[in-house]
Amino acid sequence: MQNLGIDVLFKGTNFVRLLSGLWVAVRISLISVIISIVLGLVVGALMTSKNRILKVIFRIYLEIVRIMPQMVLLFIVYFGTTRVFGWNLEAEVSAILVFSFWGIAEMGDLVRGALISIPKIQYESAMALGMDGKQIYYHVILPQTIRRLIPLSINLITRMIKTTSLVMMIGIVEVLKVAQQIIEANRRSSPNAAFGIFAVVFLLYFLICWPISKLSVYLEKRWS
Amino acid sequence: MENSLLSIKNLHKEFDRNTILKGINLKLNKGEVIVIIGPSGCGKSTLLRCLNGLEDIQGGEIYLGGKLLQKNAKDISSMRQKIGMVFQSYDLFPHKTVLENILLAPVKVQKRKRAEVEAEAMELLERVGLADRKNDYPRQLSGGQKQRIAIVRALIMHPEVLLLDEITAALDPEMVHEVLQVVLDLAKSGSTMLIVTHEMAFAKAIADRVLFFEHGEIVEESHAPKAFFERPQTERARQFLKSFEY
Amino acid sequence: MNLDVMISYLPLYRDALFLTMRVGWKGVAIAVLIGLIGSAIIHFEIPIARYIVSAYTQLFRNTPLLVQLFFIYFALPKIGICVSPEVCGTWGLGLLGGAYMTETFRSGLDNIPKIQFESAESLGMSRSQMFRYVILPQAVASSIPGLVANVIFLLKETSVFSTISLMDLMFTAKDLIGMYAKTIECLVLLVIFYLIMLLPVSVLGDLLERRLRHAEFGD
Repeated sequence: MQNLGIDVLFKGTNFVRLLSGLWVAVRISLISVIISIVLGLVVGALMTSKNRILKVIFRIYLEIVRIMPQMVLLFIVYFGTTRVFGWNLEAEVSAILVFSFWGIAEMGDLVRGALISIPKIQYESAMALGMDGKQIYYHVILPQTIRRLIPLSINLITRMIKTTSLVMMIGIVEVLKVAQQIIEANRRSSPNAAFGIFAVVFLLYFLICWPISKLSVYLEKRWS
Repeated sequence: MENSLLSIKNLHKEFDRNTILKGINLKLNKGEVIVIIGPSGCGKSTLLRCLNGLEDIQGGEIYLGGKLLQKNAKDISSMRQKIGMVFQSYDLFPHKTVLENILLAPVKVQKRKRAEVEAEAMELLERVGLADRKNDYPRQLSGGQKQRIAIVRALIMHPEVLLLDEITAALDPEMVHEVLQVVLDLAKSGSTMLIVTHEMAFAKAIADRVLFFEHGEIVEESHAPKAFFERPQTERARQFLKSFEY
Repeated sequence: MNLDVMISYLPLYRDALFLTMRVGWKGVAIAVLIGLIGSAIIHFEIPIARYIVSAYTQLFRNTPLLVQLFFIYFALPKIGICVSPEVCGTWGLGLLGGAYMTETFRSGLDNIPKIQFESAESLGMSRSQMFRYVILPQAVASSIPGLVANVIFLLKETSVFSTISLMDLMFTAKDLIGMYAKTIECLVLLVIFYLIMLLPVSVLGDLLERRLRHAEFGD
């Protein structure tokens, strides 16, 4: 095992450093998911609007998110906007902006789908009881959609966590970057460390994402 | 004995430790129409599925034309070609048109010439009154139409025996008639059939022999269907038939 | 924004686009192949193989492509398995996609009613005939929306190839920015070229889906 670099992992604080790198990735995803869920509920409701202009805007928004790689968006926000507007944007803030931009679109579309699948009679009977638009959404429609959305948003968390591996490209030191640093530092003493360290990173991601996606599948089955 | 086309000897079928068929013995002769009636869950449909090798059996033998039928045997495909089956739920292939549904098996499985099979298919479609729907997809047809096509699809294989498993059970009442009419025509032209049904008037009209099934066994067998429906010999059959009178 | 600069970059971007497309579509093809085989193994509950396939799909669906690529490209050489960036990208994408495609096709297969298998059997079809004429066309049709989503996802994922020095669109943009600091021009070109690569797929996919949904087999 020694020549595959597992020993490097337990040298000094290496393992703790890897874990704290992982925490950076998880932290960015969690913050982005929370923003996505909250704003996604609003955006999803707006998406059901019959307003032409709104429809076109959302259509373009969804299409951008659908076909632009997150990496491109990260570059545009981190390198592009700072150039154009001359402001100073921290890498982590850029990452959260991009992931939220992506997550809001996904959540919004899910919310929209859930909303339009609610039978018309639910709206009509709420109206017959004299509720106004906001009351109907808040008391009748929202509770019904949330249950359907929970498994899907949990699923979004794992996808976010996986995508955060990209943030090393804009200079954030997360788990993959830490791994590279460790390998680099031990290049002489343990030339094969790349195998052990990257295998561990592989496993760490799996150990975080796998239970979460299991949970999402379980909830989806149970609540469908 | 010589002219019995299908013979079933002491057939046993179990599922999850429940016995579904308890030693069925039956001989079906060429040109004969046997109707099986009985309460739901009595094993009628399972029997038909066993005869087509769709179910594992735990005991007994099935012979078709003197040859042993086994679910996992190499010759099961050629055996199945001799047994036509129509199911209760619509089993047409949704991605193929009416004509493609009918032609698929004779052309691909039996390797017959397409032109020849197509001519025959059109004749059969004419007979069931659906020649003009040949290019439609199953979705565009009513339930009754779908079942008539399913019958044509089975017939075009030139089966020696036709198994009909409650083919009208999923239909709206007004569509039952058009399907049963097709089956009555087949009986008149001498087809050999084993029919499971809940349509009592139909059973009475078409059967050469009636079997009353309950709890996985043949409770009563009658070669005189009319007499059976009027005066069943067993108490259990009497109780069952009574439930159809209002 | 300097148009002349952008025009002078065009050949570089064009080459990168070809490379990205080549690797991307090869990866998609591998993914579809793995998906077809994998889903059949799981659906028909082939002993032992089904556990290997489901372990594989779980592993690759729950880790980022970037980490998979790093493992293939930097770690595997340490145990004697050396591959070029292009091979690494192709197979990395193929393996990741294979895991997603397996799931998609499996649910397509699961959606086919049992009666379809039985009526094919009762017509005397062999297993391969049943699969070819009855099951596969239906499974593919019901998997189309998932398939389109997967294809777009995989083609997007090609952007991480730059990390293993494959000279794809992302790499080219990064490289040029580093060299000449024409950030805006490079990023605009990057967006345009990704649009060229992905917009047609997205639009065609939409059309295909709509056709299948509304005109589903003659409705």
